[in-house]
Amino acid sequence: MIKLLHHLGLYIIMMKKVISAPEKWSIFRKQLILEMEKVGLNSVGIVIVLSFFVGAVVSIQTSINMSNPLLPSYLVGLASRDSLILEFSPTMISLILAGKVGSSIASEIGSMRVTEQIDALEIMGINSASFLVLPKIIAAVLFFPFLIIMSMGVGMIGAWIGAIGATDITTADFMYGLKYDFNAFYITYAVIKTIFFAFIISSVSAYFGYHTKGGAIAVGKASTTAVVASSILILLFNYLLTDIMLS
Amino acid sequence: MIEIQNIEKHFGDNHVLKNVSFTFEKGKTNLIIGESGSGKTILIKILIGLHGMDSGTVLFDGVNFNAIKIKEQRRLRQEIGMLFQAGALYDSMTVEENIMFPLSMFTEQTEEEKLERVNFCLKRVNLEGKNNLLPAELSGGMTKRVAIARAIVMQPKYLLCDEPNSGLDPKTAIIIDNLIQEITKEYNITTIVNTHDMNSVMEIGENIAFINHGKIWWTGNKDELLNSENKELNNFVFASKLFKRLKQEDEKC
Repeated sequence: MIKLLHHLGLYIIMMKKVISAPEKWSIFRKQLILEMEKVGLNSVGIVIVLSFFVGAVVSIQTSINMSNPLLPSYLVGLASRDSLILEFSPTMISLILAGKVGSSIASEIGSMRVTEQIDALEIMGINSASFLVLPKIIAAVLFFPFLIIMSMGVGMIGAWIGAIGATDITTADFMYGLKYDFNAFYITYAVIKTIFFAFIISSVSAYFGYHTKGGAIAVGKASTTAVVASSILILLFNYLLTDIMLS
Repeated sequence: MIEIQNIEKHFGDNHVLKNVSFTFEKGKTNLIIGESGSGKTILIKILIGLHGMDSGTVLFDGVNFNAIKIKEQRRLRQEIGMLFQAGALYDSMTVEENIMFPLSMFTEQTEEEKLERVNFCLKRVNLEGKNNLLPAELSGGMTKRVAIARAIVMQPKYLLCDEPNSGLDPKTAIIIDNLIQEITKEYNITTIVNTHDMNSVMEIGENIAFINHGKIWWTGNKDELLNSENKELNNFVFASKLFKRLKQEDEKC
């Protein structure tokens, strides 16, 4: 418990340093674009592949579990849609991004710490926490919602191909299910969750990287701890946000 | 000039700096020498605020570093050039970008002006034309020279060097030492070099503080060093057979 409070205190102190006006806006803009590429664009591929196949599997499994003549076949489309929008895209993709982006942020900042590059920034009179972490947080918060919305779309394409390829559901039934009783708030809910998760992934990973002490082994450990801590926090906030927004 | 007064530092039960006071003079290469683990690096990090101290004062030309606001500390740091043990160049940037970085952050110079200054600094450290190399493509000596170029690009008033010769062959080490001394004289800055390399000490030691077990045991210059009666200092200086033989020959003469 004391260790947890210690980390929480250090995290708050770091975030206080992070949330400050950039030293120079022109450099901040350049960094933000670079981070958008690293944090967001470079994750497009993995998000597409995962979303497509999970979407396909969700629809196949749903159709197997609903192979009852009393249940209308369009339910496969409806269940796939809700599974993807409510849980898979925002939460599961965020967990995967915690692994990919979170470990990358922690190891990048951790390596800079152990090779004294962060000290060099401080000596120059630069607020290193803000300089290194703020563009990553903003890039993640801005870009992750697009990734998640893209994941929903690709997941539904996967679900449709899975449904018509492996089961006897027609495209018309599937599409009817996709549109049936659609609640647009679910998208808002997913985007809000994603914004929280993006902040958690980027800031928590940066925290563990920024406070790395030691050498290469410490960088690896920081990276692993960042992924584990981000994942646990994502699951915790998923529960809390769902309880607040949907119940 | 940088003055340190009564600096105390503990890490838990480990008393690493004990009432350390010294004056680093302007226009001279000031050396902090001592064995590994004697407290040299922690002292230099305390000087620039990278580590806190339990008590004591650090004065940069009379300005108490720890008594001023963080924003003012940052401004003061822009007047400090620092050469780290491993160079601490930014991996993702080329040599040119590394040196240009402080200019881009803190000046309103045009690209041409910045490039001109970068090229001047590269020429000063004998690395003309190496602008587009990445840190991974540099040798140890070149890395140190790029780090020196980055440290002097903002025309600092203070230059701090943490073991500038570690990992270098003796010839390259002398080149780096001489470069540091030349820059000190040329810009009339306060330079502090933290080292345990006796060749460096004999090459550039104008104002030396010998630190041992967290205390300053001896101060003087390179000429006084070899004739000192201080037992701890002699144990350190004459640990090398070469220096022992030199002293014996000196005594015979």
